[in-house]
Amino acid sequence: MQAILADHLTKQYQLGALHHETMLREALVKMFHPRRQRNDNTILALNNLSFAVEQGEVVGIIGRNGAGKSTLLKVLSKITYPTSGRLKVRGRVASLIEVGTGFHDELTGRENIYLNGSILGMRKREIDARLDQIIDFAGVERFVDTPIKRYSSGMRLRLGFAVAAHMEPDVLFVDEVLAVGDADFQKKCLNAMDDLRSGGRTVLFVSHNMAAIENLCPRTLWIDAGKLREDGPSDKVIAAYLSTFSESQRSGYDLENVEGRSGSGAARFTRLEFLDEAGNPASVFRCGEPLRARFHYRCHERIRDPHFALSVYSDLGTRIFTVSTWHAGYYIANLEPGEGFIDLQIDDLFLQPNRYYLSIWISSTGQWYDKIEHCVAIDVDESNAHNNQGRGVHARWGLVYMPSRWELAAGVEKGGETEPRDVSL
Amino acid sequence: MTSATRPMVVEWMLEFRQYRELFFFLIWRDVKIRYKQTLLGASWAIIQPFFMMIVFTLMFGRMAKVPSEGVPYPIFSYAALVPWTYFQYAVGQSGNSLVANSKLISKVYFPRAIIPAASALSGVVDFAIATVVLIGMMIYYHMPITTGLLLWPLFLIPLVILSSAIGMVFSAMNVKYRDIKYTIPFFIQSMLFLSPVIYGTGTVPERYQMFLRFNPLVGIIDAFRASVLPTREIDWGMLGVACIVTTVLFVVASIYFYRTERSFADLI
Repeated sequence: MQAILADHLTKQYQLGALHHETMLREALVKMFHPRRQRNDNTILALNNLSFAVEQGEVVGIIGRNGAGKSTLLKVLSKITYPTSGRLKVRGRVASLIEVGTGFHDELTGRENIYLNGSILGMRKREIDARLDQIIDFAGVERFVDTPIKRYSSGMRLRLGFAVAAHMEPDVLFVDEVLAVGDADFQKKCLNAMDDLRSGGRTVLFVSHNMAAIENLCPRTLWIDAGKLREDGPSDKVIAAYLSTFSESQRSGYDLENVEGRSGSGAARFTRLEFLDEAGNPASVFRCGEPLRARFHYRCHERIRDPHFALSVYSDLGTRIFTVSTWHAGYYIANLEPGEGFIDLQIDDLFLQPNRYYLSIWISSTGQWYDKIEHCVAIDVDESNAHNNQGRGVHARWGLVYMPSRWELAAGVEKGGETEPRDVSL
Repeated sequence: MTSATRPMVVEWMLEFRQYRELFFFLIWRDVKIRYKQTLLGASWAIIQPFFMMIVFTLMFGRMAKVPSEGVPYPIFSYAALVPWTYFQYAVGQSGNSLVANSKLISKVYFPRAIIPAASALSGVVDFAIATVVLIGMMIYYHMPITTGLLLWPLFLIPLVILSSAIGMVFSAMNVKYRDIKYTIPFFIQSMLFLSPVIYGTGTVPERYQMFLRFNPLVGIIDAFRASVLPTREIDWGMLGVACIVTTVLFVVASIYFYRTERSFADLI
């Protein structure tokens, strides 16, 4: 029996309308001036998407950011409505798009369990019956009658997931809630997800965690630009999906036609290139290894005392570091009209494995010539940092690893060599 | 509207029933938070109408000498201030409720009408507490505690429905038009003067009486007041008209809400 039938789902968003606060007085003005231009700037978040899911199936959904995965989940769980197309979902639906939706700071843990549970569609007697299990799963026994404003963010998260894990819907939609929390808790959540699967219910699971998808979901849908790009056994779909990344992970990026840049334009970046030590194009970046970035530019007029700069941001938008000729005290007298390049040599890329975004600019004191925010995304891979001796090269230990040394005080005995460990832990 | 609308409306109502527990939990949450957060707690329910009663008594009872139908002006005004305070609170809360709960709306599905309706209903607790104070005042002024007070829960029904209807429309408009929130206090303030809170219906000149009746608050608030005054009968005719207008408003508000709720998650 089919649990979900999506038939030519299309969702159109009006760009601008999302971030523009409409005022009643504007609407009234428009009523009297109907000829005012309409905003036809639209985007198709879902484009003619069709698929069916049988009852009891556990299906993964993958795709890049902005591909429409979250919109799909929102449409499936009726939070938002498709612009066109039909949708049938059979049975009791619960969607887990965020952990702890509706938690209120002033209420106690116990009160929030009831509130959150009922928001997620649980009946009071169901919550009554599972209250002890939920409290136990979250590990908050001692604080259950404390207002959750006193909880740590980890405790809140655990409490939220504990409630969600004890729902018993027929159809469950899960969006990336496992992306947060410490490793132990993630493991617990994955186990809970596994239990959901064995419970015979239909689950749709959106995640960037390919390992989790492959473990939990026999079948995967790959959404690309609002369309269903591929639908099939998870291993095949994931392999096809990942292969597109190695294409995009290139050694050079053309910056001539980048949109959303700012600055006067007196000088423009034309290309950003990455090189390895031998000077060959590099497309793989590994932590702890050297990296050379070559900024190609075109200059339209003579520029005095220009500064070149690069900022690196985490995938959550935190600025991790900036390097620039100005910081380095590297004085460039003039840029003459024409093309040229400047190289930045990083001897030790001390970023932990993760995705990073680069912003680059050319400026001089009080002047922007060209500035491109988040122009390039790079994935830093793990490597044998710490000279084969160490371990723990992983994003969960922080964004950067710090080249450093340990020195024992005299008289304390040092052990022998540590065993070689799995560097990926 | 298409022919498919009717069964959809039925489905809408059925769904509301299915989510009734969430409805009660949201009321419970609103009440709980209201009394937990504020230092004064439950006394808020009393302070507001009581303070207004004192101000009104000084301004209108003593200075302007507004006739109070044969009972002390404090009783006269407070009997109307209790339902009025409920109305004011319910419309204000419920009018801003969707925007205030935007996180819920963008993350979970449930019938959206639950939110403004629950906000409107959460004011009933305040209403109940304020009513107890009224009884205390009646004892203080040596007034007979009439059986009319037993009718208050009955009068509360159209008052709640009316407040919910207005709250639903405001809350839905509030999602789309962000300047509505400035309109709500203005609306409420106007209603205070267009309803018999400060004055009695009897003092309104004959030629305006007809217009007065279009405002369903007039019939409802007057019924609340008349039921505790030994000097007057309840004007059932006016209350009946008010109930009909309230019902019509509620149906119109529901249809408006139903037709706009699909876009809430995209706009909020």
